[in-house]
Amino acid sequence: MQISQPDFKMANTDKKILIVDYKLGNLFSVNQALTNFGLNVKITSDAGELESADALVLPGVGAFGDAMNNLETLKLIHPIIDFVNAGKPFLGICLGLQLLFTESEEFGHTKGLGLIKGSVKRFLNFNKDGDTRKVPQISWNRIYKTDGRSWDNTPLAQIKDGEFMYFVHSFYVVPEEPVGLSQTKYDGQIYTSSILKNNIFACQFHPEKSAFEGLKIYSKWAEMNNLNSSCYL
Amino acid sequence: MKTIRVIPRLDIKGPNLVKGIHLEGLRVLGKPEDFARFYYDNGADELFFQDTVASLYDRNSLHDIITKTAKEIFIPLTVGGGLRTIDDIRNVLRAGADKVAINTAAIKNPHFIREASLKFGSSTIVIAIEAIKNSDGRYLAFMDNGREYTGLEVVAWAKRAEELGAGEIVITSVDKEGTGEGYDLDLIRSVSEAVSVPVIAHGGASSPENIVNAILHGKADAVSIASLLHYSIMQSFINNSSDFLKEGNISFLNSGKIPKKITPCTLKEIRTALINANISTRL
Repeated sequence: MQISQPDFKMANTDKKILIVDYKLGNLFSVNQALTNFGLNVKITSDAGELESADALVLPGVGAFGDAMNNLETLKLIHPIIDFVNAGKPFLGICLGLQLLFTESEEFGHTKGLGLIKGSVKRFLNFNKDGDTRKVPQISWNRIYKTDGRSWDNTPLAQIKDGEFMYFVHSFYVVPEEPVGLSQTKYDGQIYTSSILKNNIFACQFHPEKSAFEGLKIYSKWAEMNNLNSSCYL
Repeated sequence: MKTIRVIPRLDIKGPNLVKGIHLEGLRVLGKPEDFARFYYDNGADELFFQDTVASLYDRNSLHDIITKTAKEIFIPLTVGGGLRTIDDIRNVLRAGADKVAINTAAIKNPHFIREASLKFGSSTIVIAIEAIKNSDGRYLAFMDNGREYTGLEVVAWAKRAEELGAGEIVITSVDKEGTGEGYDLDLIRSVSEAVSVPVIAHGGASSPENIVNAILHGKADAVSIASLLHYSIMQSFINNSSDFLKEGNISFLNSGKIPKKITPCTLKEIRTALINANISTRL
């Protein structure tokens, strides 16, 4: 029952992690979680800064369409795509996962960044028994290994199969390529709750709000990408 | 099966954690930081902070507490009390809150819900409903901590709030709040069955069994608990009374006496009861 704060070595690193601020959602907690173990984190909306970053974090809560509009207005779409295509570490959280996909069915069809083939769908307001399904899902829920997928050498390496993470969302991703890392079941609907594709790691849940276990994911992601000298002890 | 959230609720007055009965008669229990940290360490799913006097005195005193908390506590934080404008919401989110709870401002101007949910996302906007049972059996929504009559029927108001973009509803029984008489299960169920967003039950929790009932019979998606938890640990945080500012009545804290009907319990005891009732819960 007792959860204690992880003991992180403080890092001194010149590696720069940028959190993309596209004026949607709350960046405070993501920033707090990453700086918590001594990473060099900066929040920016400036497209020109992306090129010099060592890693990029795309968070976000809110509507897909608004997010794409804001990214476009801030001229961030191509710099983000270029950054990912350059093979540098990218972390997407919640809406930051969904935006990677080809399109969302929110309000008809809205095009996404197109870095992962697939779509974003809304939870139905009823389950297979015809009962009301509460949407958004605002809940802790379990993440399980996607069929046959090992978590070794991934940001989930230190997480046990079936661990609880915190979710807040009405939409979920449906990848059309084998990128699923974890899956989750919400009121009968099984969906992909995190993906890993080369340098892209993204999750539907919020590690920064998932207590000790969530912080371990950020720590591992940073360690795997040599963004810090800190490691979870 | 859905996983139920257990949410300790921290009522704040100035720098202190307080607890009242029927949302009034606030008594100082200790420092919110101590309680928040303790609940986090013991597996709380989320924390709910309510500034108890902000709406009355136009005061937003929670920011410092939230900022301190958010720096070391990595679970969702919901903050309510006196949030009237988009800027109020933005400021409290910047201070580190993840969600905001709105009552009075939403009733005065329902379109504030739409504006806020479009701006910050539905899942950030929690509508708080303070319900009092009328003599004719209807539940009516009140403002300003149950002080001000609005004439709005609770279920109709909950549905309207959902339509306008509320992502979650916390339903408080003012009649039961702080009494330990048990959740008002009819009230909770009527709201939970009327809306398709998650509903948090609040007000009157009397025991772990009663919490189980709020879920099984009240159909709550989450339970918010104050007295039961606070009274179980406040003695371990007994502070030097000179630490407290003039706000609040601390003679209660010194006396150690708690309302008769309340049997304090820990998060662990609540979880055991949930698991025994076959209710999914974290840890």
